[in-house]
Amino acid sequence: MTPVPTALNAPLAELAGKPRFSVRDLDFYYGDFQALTGITIDVRENSVTAFIGPSGCGKSTFLRCLNRMNDLIPGTRIEGTITLDGADIYGPGVDPVDLRRRVGMIFQQPNPFPMSIYDNVAFGPRLHGVTKKAELDEIVEKALVRANLWKEVKDIMGRGGLTLSGGQQQRLCIARVLAVQPDVLLMDEPCSAIDPTSVQKVEDLMAELKSTVTIIIVTHNMQQAARVSDETAFFLQERQGEPAELIEFGRTAEIFTSPHDRRTEDYITGRFG
Amino acid sequence: MGKRWINRIAVGILWACGLMTVVALGAVILYVFVRGIGQITPEFIFTKPHGVNAEGGIGPTIVATIYVTGLSMLIVTPVAVLAAVYLAEYAVQGRLVNAIRFAADTLASVPSIVMGLFGFAFFVEAMGLGFSVLSGALALSFLMLPIVMRATEEAIRAVPKYIRWGSYGLGASKWQTVSRIVLPAALPRILTGIILAMGRAVGETAVVIFTMGQAIYMPILPTDPGRSMTVHLYTLAMEGINIEAAYGTALLLMIMVLFFNLTARWLAARNRRLQG
Repeated sequence: MTPVPTALNAPLAELAGKPRFSVRDLDFYYGDFQALTGITIDVRENSVTAFIGPSGCGKSTFLRCLNRMNDLIPGTRIEGTITLDGADIYGPGVDPVDLRRRVGMIFQQPNPFPMSIYDNVAFGPRLHGVTKKAELDEIVEKALVRANLWKEVKDIMGRGGLTLSGGQQQRLCIARVLAVQPDVLLMDEPCSAIDPTSVQKVEDLMAELKSTVTIIIVTHNMQQAARVSDETAFFLQERQGEPAELIEFGRTAEIFTSPHDRRTEDYITGRFG
Repeated sequence: MGKRWINRIAVGILWACGLMTVVALGAVILYVFVRGIGQITPEFIFTKPHGVNAEGGIGPTIVATIYVTGLSMLIVTPVAVLAAVYLAEYAVQGRLVNAIRFAADTLASVPSIVMGLFGFAFFVEAMGLGFSVLSGALALSFLMLPIVMRATEEAIRAVPKYIRWGSYGLGASKWQTVSRIVLPAALPRILTGIILAMGRAVGETAVVIFTMGQAIYMPILPTDPGRSMTVHLYTLAMEGINIEAAYGTALLLMIMVLFFNLTARWLAARNRRLQG
């Protein structure tokens, strides 16, 4: 018996904002191995949604389904549907390259390109055809301001992105994504490789950004999920070799204070994971 | 005999063997240096040989050597780099790709005299290019191709996955990612491979003697013949014409090869520093 995620029990209308991503009955396979089964979830706009669960529970795999990053791994496939603003992102004629511009991604390891800070942020706009210097300057500055990095780097724009500290590098990567004006920001454990002060800055940033960008964050840190997210989804792979599933999804406050599923409760109270 | 003694003897043998490689290199360099240094004058470097004993300088052979090596590099780099990009990024890994790699490795181990013979039959004769810098460069490019290709392939594979993801995550296509992120990041290592291959080409004799000829001639056009420094050295020494000039040539040749090797090492070291 697959338990029905509680968000589907509660009327969605209760949650403000219309759904940006709607996922229905998603199965995901790495070759013959099924990694995810029956994922059904709505991610609403202008909110922060956290995916939590133990290691290997498929939350990062699911995240990469949302911008078709898994397409880069040979032998992967999905069943079920994922729509972004009503349009099927796996439908015919959808170019994953265009999709990834709209659905930006931040990785666990800060990954600035080996080029200057300016060129890092200008990389995306240049890809998509912006060539005028003045226009690029404006986009770069705006993106860095939004990523709360502008003050720290405005006088060293020509310096290599890799010379920044880990936390600054991560914000540089966020600025780089913001420069292409995505509708959604996927963050795959964005804080697990940076220092605590920087974690604070990235978390503040998420709160500021969510009015304009829908944010989905995968995190191992439950306090972080509780601090930054509006909604939380709990994923679990119950037995080795079996696909992971979405156990429970709902308002973060509710998930952390009165979870409906015993497994969610066990996880957030630290009984496993 | 106690364990301690066996240990000491073993360490001693290892040390002696290690020392021998240094002594071998030192002896060659020192000997050539001592015999050749007296020859190295501006006149020797810049003027033409003259007279029956090839007195004077070796200018044209230096020009021919640099010319043929440079031209060969220009021919080989685009082909080798693009082939490596295909192998590392685009080709479906499997039998065909393994066959191409095996071919490249085998090409690298073909004796250079055989490559010279082939170059003579194919470029000089069949294609009618004659003894020329162009024939020499084409034949040398066969020699350099596998070196540059494998170096490029390894350089591309060494670019971390997560940097590529960053590019894909911004909506870059595969080609945009390869051309704007992967190749620039791999560039120092690719250059190292190219420079090492050039060092190899500068020192090559068998290939160029068959394809560029032995005429002492200042090559201007790629279709002109020329005599490389190695061929000049060979002729001077084997025919006992001017053994002192042979050592002078040898010393200059070693300096050039050493220069290529040191540049390659410097690039590699700088690259390690930059990428932390």
